[in-house]
This record gives sequence, C-alpha cells and structure tokens, in this order.
Amino acid sequence: MSPRVTFPNKILPYALLLPQLVIVGIFFYWPASQALYQSVLREDPFGLRSTFVGLANFRRVLNDPNYLNAVQNTAVFSVAVAFLAMAVALLLAVMADKIIKGKGFYRTMLIWPYAVAPAIAGMVWLFMFNPTMGTFAFMLRSSGYAWDPLLKGDQAMLLVIVAAAWKQISYNFLFFVAGLQAIPKTLIEAAAIDGAGETKRFWTIVFPLLAPITFFLLVINTTYAFFDTFGIIHAVTGGGPGKATETLVYKVYHDGFVNLILGDSAAQSVILMVIVIALTAIQFRYVEKKVHYG
Amino acid sequence: MKTQGFAAGLAATITILSTSAAFAVTEISWWHAMTGANNEVVETLSKEFNESQSEYKVVPVFKGTYPETLNAGIAAFRARQSPHIIQVFDVGTGVMMAAEGAIRPVADVLPLGGRDFNKDEYLPGIVAYYSKPDGTMLSFPYNSSSPILYYNKDHFEKAGLDTENPPKTWPEVFDAARKIKESGAAPCGLTSTWLTWIGLENFAAWNNLQYGTNENGLASTDVELKINEGLFVTHFQNIADLAKDDTFRYGGRTSEAKQLFLSGECSIFTESSGGLGDVINSGMNYGLGQLPYYPEAEGAPQNTIPGGASLWVFEGHTDEEYKGVATFFNFLSQTEIQERLHQVSGYLPVTMEAYEATKASGFYDENPGREIPITQMMGKAPTENSRGVRLVNLPQVRDIQNEEFEKMLAGDQDAQTALNNAVERSNAAIQQAIGN
Repeated sequence: MSPRVTFPNKILPYALLLPQLVIVGIFFYWPASQALYQSVLREDPFGLRSTFVGLANFRRVLNDPNYLNAVQNTAVFSVAVAFLAMAVALLLAVMADKIIKGKGFYRTMLIWPYAVAPAIAGMVWLFMFNPTMGTFAFMLRSSGYAWDPLLKGDQAMLLVIVAAAWKQISYNFLFFVAGLQAIPKTLIEAAAIDGAGETKRFWTIVFPLLAPITFFLLVINTTYAFFDTFGIIHAVTGGGPGKATETLVYKVYHDGFVNLILGDSAAQSVILMVIVIALTAIQFRYVEKKVHYG
Repeated sequence: MKTQGFAAGLAATITILSTSAAFAVTEISWWHAMTGANNEVVETLSKEFNESQSEYKVVPVFKGTYPETLNAGIAAFRARQSPHIIQVFDVGTGVMMAAEGAIRPVADVLPLGGRDFNKDEYLPGIVAYYSKPDGTMLSFPYNSSSPILYYNKDHFEKAGLDTENPPKTWPEVFDAARKIKESGAAPCGLTSTWLTWIGLENFAAWNNLQYGTNENGLASTDVELKINEGLFVTHFQNIADLAKDDTFRYGGRTSEAKQLFLSGECSIFTESSGGLGDVINSGMNYGLGQLPYYPEAEGAPQNTIPGGASLWVFEGHTDEEYKGVATFFNFLSQTEIQERLHQVSGYLPVTMEAYEATKASGFYDENPGREIPITQMMGKAPTENSRGVRLVNLPQVRDIQNEEFEKMLAGDQDAQTALNNAVERSNAAIQQAIGN
C-alpha cells in the first residue's frame, strides 16, 4: 500500500488541474463529441438540411470496399513506418554512441530532420522521386528501372513509407541515445570480460535494457503513423494512384473535405478513435508486461 | 520616451480620425484562391475599385487552393460568418448550385448596382455554364479558360513534322506522337493535364457526345454517366496503348503534366489556356493549336466548355452590402478592365465588348493562338451535349475517374473496364450525394 497523499488545501489541487482540463475539454472532448453527433446525421455541405439517420453512416462506411482497402493500407503503412523508423534510429544511436570524436556534432546532425514539418518532408521526397521532375527519379528511369509512383501503387506506398519513416528517425534517435547513456557501462564491461562479443552484448544486455524506451517509441510511432503522416501523404501521393496510399486518416479528410460527405467522414473519425484507443490499451496491457523497467 | 509617446498618441489620433472619416464605407469581403501573378491582379483590381469611389471598400482575402477556399466558405456559412463574395472553381459550381438558400443569384444582385443587367453583354458559352436551366445567371464569371493543344516546334522539326500546322484530330495527334517517339526527337510524344476535364468533360462537348443524362446534369441533379461507350472507350484505349511504351506519359491528376512538356520530355500537350504563362516564361519554341477531335464524331468540333472559376454571392447580408457587390461586379465588367485581364492573365474576357476591343487592337495578330480558346468556345451555338457538365459532387466523381484511369495506365485494366467501373462508382456516388 502506497501512502495516500493528502493536500491541506481542498481547492488548490483542482485549481492547478483546471488549465489542463480546460485544454483537454476544448481541444479533445468538444471536437470528439461533435464528431459523434455528426456521425449520426446526414447533412448537405452547407448545413441547410440535416436528418438523423442513426447508424446508417457507420453501416455504409463499413460496407464500403474502399474502407477495407484503407484499413489494409493503414496496417501495412503503420507497421512498416514504425519498424523502419525505429530500426534505423536504433542502429544510428548505437553507432553514434560508439563515436568518441565529434559525438555532439553527429547527434545534432541526426536530430535536425525532426524540425522539418511533415508536408515539407513530403515535398523534399517528392522533389527527389517525382517522375516528372525528380532528380533521383530521372536517374532511376535512365538506368532502365521503370520508376513511376504516379501509376504504380507499390512504388507509391514505398515512397510514402520511406518519407514518413525518415521524418521520425530523428525523434527515435534522440530517445535511443538517451536510453543508451542510461545503461551502466559496468554491465557491458563485465559481459565483455566474460567473453561476450559485441552482437551478443547488444542482444542480451543493451536491447532488453532499452525495452521501456522501445515500448514508449512503439506507442508514439504507431500514433504518428496513424495521424501525423497526413501531410506527407497529401503532399506526395494525395492517396493515389488509384487508392493505393489512402490511409484511414486520409480517407476521413478526403470524404469530408473534398467529397463533402460529412456524415461518412465523421463516422470514420469515430471508428478511428475507437481503433486507436483499443490499440493503445492493448499495447499497455500486453506489450508492457514484457517490458523490463530497470 | 516622451517623443515616442507623443508619436504613438499622434498615430492613434490619426487612426481614429481616418476610421471616422471612413465610417460610411461599407466593406465587401472577397475570398479568393489566386496565387502569384493572378493574386496581384486581384489586389490591383480591388485597389482600383476602392479608389474609384468612396462608398464601398472591397477587401480581398487569400484562402488557399480552390478546394480550400470552397471549404472555408462553407465553414464560414455554417458559422454564419460568410464573406460577401467567394471565388469557386468550375467543379464546385454544382456544389454551390445545390446550396439554394445559401447563395444569392448574381442576376438578382447585379441590378442593384444601378445598371440594368443584360445577359447578352457576356460571352454566351460562359454565361450558359454559370446559369440555371431556366437561364438565371447564378455566379459572376471571373476567370475562364478552355483547353487547347501546345506543341514543341523543335521536336516537330526533328521528327520531320509540319511545325506550322499542328495535328487537328486525335488520330493525327497519335500518329505524330508515335513519329516523335520513333524518331527519337523526344522520349515521349504526348501528355495531358486534367484527364477528366480535358479527356472527358471537354472531350464530350467538343465531339458532341453525351457525358451524362439530363443534359449532363444541367437539367436535373439526377444524372447517370454515359462515358463508357463509343468514342470515349476508343479514345482512352488509344491512350492506354500509347502509354505502354511511354509514347503517352501520365503526369498526375491536375496540371502536373505541364512539367513534362516544359522540360522537353513530351512534345504534344493538351492543357488549359490559363497555363500559357508558364510556357511563355520557359522560353521554349512552342506552337498552339485547337483541341483535337475525332473526325467520325458527328458535328465535331462542336464547342468547348469553360474551366476556371466564378464569383458567388452568399445569402445573409444587408441590401446596402449587396449594392456594393453589384457596383463591384459592374466595375469588373468594364471593357478596359476585362481587356486588360484577358491580355495579362491569359484567361478569357467575360464580355463581348472586351473581346471585340482586344480583336480590334490587333492583339491576336501579334499573339497568334491567343484567340483559339475563345473561338473554340464560341464557334458554334452549344448543343445539349456541350453546354457544360454539372454534378453536385463533381470533385468526387473526377477523383473516381482519375483512380480508374491510373489503374488503366498502370496496365491493370483496359479502357472499357476502367470506364465501366468509373460509371458504376460515379453513379452510386451521385445517388448518395442527392440523397437517394
């Protein structure tokens, strides 16, 4: 039993909590309740006529083959982005940790890309790989490779995955570097004396001790891949070709703001909210059990 | 410190004085989506109007891309904060038209400006597009364009083609494109921006083919598309075949393909007349031609339909403000303003008088090709097939068509399948949008 914290003042704790509660209320609960409300309505774009339709929007969304396609795209995209961004960041962090000279310089350079806004990151990759104007696209094409992400869905998907992962590597790198510094050198030295090679030391000591950070980053990266990559997809592919790179979030935007079907769009937002709440809950319940907090 | 305080006080006094002097001025807000040189035109026009009289002040506000501007307007209307004037792109026309009660027809607003509204003063093709089936003009045509053919004269010469007479029909264009590719004059013969606007909507009008039922949606919102038959299939199968060896190259859903033409990658190019500025700036040796057609199409070439954008007036403002809007629109309709707009921006003039004046000034003799978009649109009286395409959800339908085209060009399906899918999916989307 942990001792119960008591505050002498009855009002102060609530007063201190208030600003945060107001922010959460205005920026989360209010829009979320609006989405819930919209999701049971059928309305024209201007809000001139609206009718209550119950769960009809949800039924239509879930029966839409394009929605299933967006679910698949999101799964492929999120897993790939999270894995790629974390694996590369971990590799870079371990390497940067080994460097003796110019450690600070390397770290700063590796953290920089995080300051780039998603849409800009998308544009950068677009400029490199767009088949109509990209430098690398030109090289690929002239070397005989049929590079055309404007028409080939798998290439387009690859492009957005790489762009989205690249953007997130810096953030992951920062946390891995901090995590590596927290691992006591004595443990590694002891293992080295016992004859464990570098790879062995990494997988049996460093990696397990990094687990809390890896877990934290897994949650953050999944959320990132779900929500924050909108700008990249919007800038690079716009969900195309066909619907090859349309993720759940992109579909919410597209149905709501391009096609102006507010009810369907709101219903998709609600479903997305449920999915993310469930994913986070699962991660905390099951994955966290395997995490070893040092 | 003291002088600073004094200066601040003086500035404040001047501000108060100038606001009270301007007390009687009615402000008219104008939301638009114009960037670059076209944004400067918007600013200049507003400034000139504000200086020309003292009762009204037009305040232009840039709201982002065309879809973003439309969305901002819709959101503002829902929050009861709508602007007076909003610029809506051609495909948003159906969306605005369906919003009866949210918009006030321009035909009702214009007479408030003290000048009788006479429809005959405006270019008929453009007025028809922005009017209800009963002829009521709903929005004010601001920037209109029409698709034309551009070609690279250097490539034509290398391939041994006639540099002064560009191909007129699609079969001729395809032959020329193949010759260019085979002769090595360029890696790609043909490309196009806006496959939907140029390849379907204008293709239908220009070849006098039916795009959809109910006069392509002009007579009723309940429309079934007819684009999966006859020449539509022939045309897109031709393009799909050319795409196999890169004789035709795809650039993207909107105007991305312009890069392929400007970089010298592709030799022949169909694109909006509004895209001329960039072609001129690139300094390339280009030529202009009419939009191609199919000789077997009866009545072809018919006429093209306008693209671009028009100005809509929102409901819910005072009579005084509407009077200001009308005064501004009358200002925009002036011949010298329209003449300048047309010559500077490459968009079409909206009034007959401005067109005649430009012609009389010898502008078209000095700039051959600049009259093509106008003659294309005005050459013949429009038929039921060529007055325009209007769907309450045209942006969504265009996306569906683009998706199917992309799958077709990637080699996943043939033209017939692509167009069948496009028709089936579009029809379902239209039914959903009109509430069935």
